Parts: sequence; structure tokens; C-alpha cells
Amino acid sequence: MNTASPSMQLIRAQWLNLLRTPDYTLPTLLFPIMFYVFFGLMMMRGQALWLLCTFATFGVMGAALFSFGVSIATERAQGWLLLLRASPAPVNAVIAGKAFGALLFALVTVVLLSALAAAFANVRLETAQWLGLAGILTAGALPFCLMGLALGLWLRPSAAPAVLNLVYLPMGFLSGLWIPSTVFPGWLQAVAEWLPPYHLAALALDIVGAKPANWTQSLTILAVFALAFAVMAALGWRRLSGAS
Amino acid sequence: MTQVVAECSAVHHHYGSTAALDGIDLALSGGKVTALLGPNGAGKTTLIHLLMGVLPVQKGRIEVFGSLRPGQRPAQRRIGVMLQASGVQNNLTVTELLDLFASFYPNPDSRERLLDELDLVELADRRFRHLSGGQKQRVLFALAVVGKPDWLILDEPTTGLDPSARRILWRAIDARRQSGASILLCTHFMDEAQKLADHVVVLNSGRVLDQGSPDAIRRRVASERIRARTSLSVETIRELPSVQSVTAGEDRIEILSRRGTETVRALLSADDGVEDLEVAAADLETAFLTLTDSARGAADLSVSATTEQEAA
Repeated sequence: MNTASPSMQLIRAQWLNLLRTPDYTLPTLLFPIMFYVFFGLMMMRGQALWLLCTFATFGVMGAALFSFGVSIATERAQGWLLLLRASPAPVNAVIAGKAFGALLFALVTVVLLSALAAAFANVRLETAQWLGLAGILTAGALPFCLMGLALGLWLRPSAAPAVLNLVYLPMGFLSGLWIPSTVFPGWLQAVAEWLPPYHLAALALDIVGAKPANWTQSLTILAVFALAFAVMAALGWRRLSGAS
Repeated sequence: MTQVVAECSAVHHHYGSTAALDGIDLALSGGKVTALLGPNGAGKTTLIHLLMGVLPVQKGRIEVFGSLRPGQRPAQRRIGVMLQASGVQNNLTVTELLDLFASFYPNPDSRERLLDELDLVELADRRFRHLSGGQKQRVLFALAVVGKPDWLILDEPTTGLDPSARRILWRAIDARRQSGASILLCTHFMDEAQKLADHVVVLNSGRVLDQGSPDAIRRRVASERIRARTSLSVETIRELPSVQSVTAGEDRIEILSRRGTETVRALLSADDGVEDLEVAAADLETAFLTLTDSARGAADLSVSATTEQEAA
């Protein structure tokens, strides 16, 4: 019979699930693309490179938050998570399978936006820059995966999509992903500088040569954010076995 | 095989201030089908969740396969579970789900053989979400047994199934027993316990109320409910053969009986004016009430006995 490892099987299952739920996958994918087409390609062509970085950040964040948050909450409600926990499926592989799915989803988003930018806004970058952009944004999905995981484990399944949207949209906006934070009033700029999407976008902007970033500061903030949600997710996982 | 697959001693479990399990002492012997029977809220699901290690043991001790704790990987590899009203990744096909679960176990069963055994061959490429309730139950059973587990834990496997699907599952469960697996079967159905189990454990209010062979349990549990209009007094009816309990309703009297025919025959010969006679199988809830009542009755007796002693 099939001898593939449990990890590969779990990753495959997660992928098949994403591919077969276009009603959820397509909006998550199309949202940033639609915004980029409106703002980056039609309204502010001069800012196409800048907006590529920020809307790709926005897309990556959505891919990670939703493919983790909503699916974990749903699977909790379905009893699928309980069945996996009762089986000898390695817990790490269950989570890793999801993370891998989300990261690939993020990569697809970045690649699509980059292709649009290159084809319609004449954005030209060195190969190393294209690769760097894809690399940093894909890796940058990880903190948001952890955030989605934590929320998916703590939220009521019916509330998860709404709450995730309430986090996703304002956090993206306040991080200056739609309108650069430099036009915000001073106090709002200060808020932006504490938000992780702001820092992920900053790293992307640095890589494409649009604006230099403070790498130590940005990476530290992203790491602290990731750690906080990792702890929250671990607590949520423990609560699962205490209360279900 | 007489070895013990699981041993619980003094297991208590609380959800907040509600006690789900209130001191369970139980040894489950290997190679047998043990039915865990009890009304809703008896603590069955909590107990099996503890045994499979998805709930932490709060108080007391549970050991599986000798000295393993529930939830440890070596224990999980030897256990297959089918949970009540369980969902799975809805968008995967039957084959994909089977392959996924097979990959969790060291020595899985053949997919084709299982599909054939459970009459799933034609559904192999269908997504789980498109299956009917009975088909889903069979897939969930297949997922439980694909790892060729030594111990199979089934939580209400046939609830909501039509008779033919039920027979398929019964046959599959029996085949596992034949090949030496131990089976713990939570069920609502007395006839299922009667048909499949070697040993029945009756759970109520978080305690083991009774245990024994299915026949022994059946003899202690009411099986038929008789209703009739009669001029006989409650006291007289109570003396009729096989009667377990009698309650006077508004216009009819209700009798719970171990053997309905015997009671009815006696009732008819004692009173030729019986009217509106109705005999039905007592559902499990009702049947258990008699057991619970007699348990409570015994407790009351011992209380009054001590009070009398104290008074004396």
C-alpha cells in the first residue's frame, strides 16, 4: 500500500483541501490581486514597485491567517482534530502540513503579483531581487501562520472568519499597506511602526531598493510577534485536551 | 488471550463543577468485545476519551497495554478509534483518507481489502462530503481499522445506520474479534450489545452500575414496556411474573417487564377486563431507569438501615 511518510501525506491532504475549496481560496488570492490591479496598475502606476511590495505583504498575510485560522477552527468543530489527536499522527506533522500549505499559498500570491507588475507596470528587478522578494515574503508568512493557528485554536469556529477579517483588514491598513504610513498623522505612524506587516513590507521594500530598512529592528519585531503567538497557540493546544 | 488491555482505578473526571466520572474501577480484558452501555450523559464518551488519551487523567490512574499511559505514541499505534459524529477533512476522497491514516501506522491493512470488506469500492474516489450518513460511518470505521489495531475503540458506530449498513459493520467488528483484537464498543442499543459483546459494562452517572455477560445484564434490565387499563391494584401487578416496576398513569398503568409475554399472560388471566393493552420494547433509557432505580432503592435501604440502627 502507500508507503509515503505521515508528514508528506498530511501536507498533501492540506494541499488537496486548499485546491478543493475554491470558494475560500479564490477570494483570499483575488483580494490582493484585485487591489493591486486597481491601485498599482490603474491608479498609481508610478508607485507600482512600492505597491507590489505592500500588496504582496497583504496577500501573504491573508493566505497565512486564513489557511490556518479558519481551517483549524473548522477542523476543531468537525472533530477532525480530535480524530487526528487520537491517532498516532505526529502532532508536529499536522501543524507542519498546514504551514507548508500556507507558505506555498503565500508564494503563489507573490509570484502572481510579481508577474502582473512585470507584465503591466514594467517593473524590472534583478533576478536576485525577485528571488529575495519571494523568499522574504514567503518566510514572512510564518508569524502570521502562528497568529492564525493561535486564533483558530481559541476562537469559536463560527466566529473565526469574522474575527480574522477584523484583524486582517485594519492591521493591513494601519501598517501602511494600502496607503504609505508616511501620510498618516504622527501618532498613527507610531502605531504602524509596531505592527508586524509594516516590518515585513519594510524588508520587502529594502530588497527591491525602494526604501532602506532597519533589518535588526524589523526582524526582532517579527520574531517577538511570532513567539507571542506561538505561546498562545501552545496554550490553546493544551486547552483543547483539557476542555474538549 | 486473557491479558488486560486497559485498567482504570479510581478514575474521576470533572468538567468545571460537573462530575462526568465519579470513581471508575474497571479492567478490560483482551481479545473480547466489551460493550459500554449507558444512557446519555452516563460518562461513556469521557471514559473513552481518557482511554485514547485525548483527555488528560485528572484523578485516578489509567494504564493501557500493561504499563503505557493513554496517549503515548506506542499505545496510540496499537489503538484504532471511531468517534461519535466525527467529521474528517471533508474534501478528501475515501482513498485519500485511507492512505493518510495508513501512513500513521507501522503495518497497515490493504486498502483494497478494506474497501471491499466495507462495501466501499464504488465510493473510493468520492469525496467524504458527498457521502451519505451510513457511507460516512463505514469510512470512519475503515479509518479506525486500517492500522490493524490490537484494540479498537468504537463510539456508537451504528447510530443512524440502516439495517444493511449495520450488518456490514457488525460483521466487520466480529471479524476483528475473530482475529484476536480487543474491542470496546460504546452503544445505545441493547440488541447490539447482546449480539456482539462478550462482556457488558453498564455506566450511569459516571459510575459502573453493573457488569457481566450480556445475558446476565439483560436479565436485570427491563426489556418490555406494557401499558393497559386494568382494575388490578399496583400492588397486585407488582407480584406478577417478570415485573420490574409498575407506575400508575392517568388512566392506564405502565409496567416494565423482563419478559413481556409472561407478564401479559399473567395479567390477562388475573383480570379479564384488561383494555387498551399495548406492549413495546423498552428503550434503553427506560430500561436503565429500572436499574438505576433499583440501585437508588438499595442505597435508600442501607441508609434507612443505618438510621434504624442509630435509632436503636
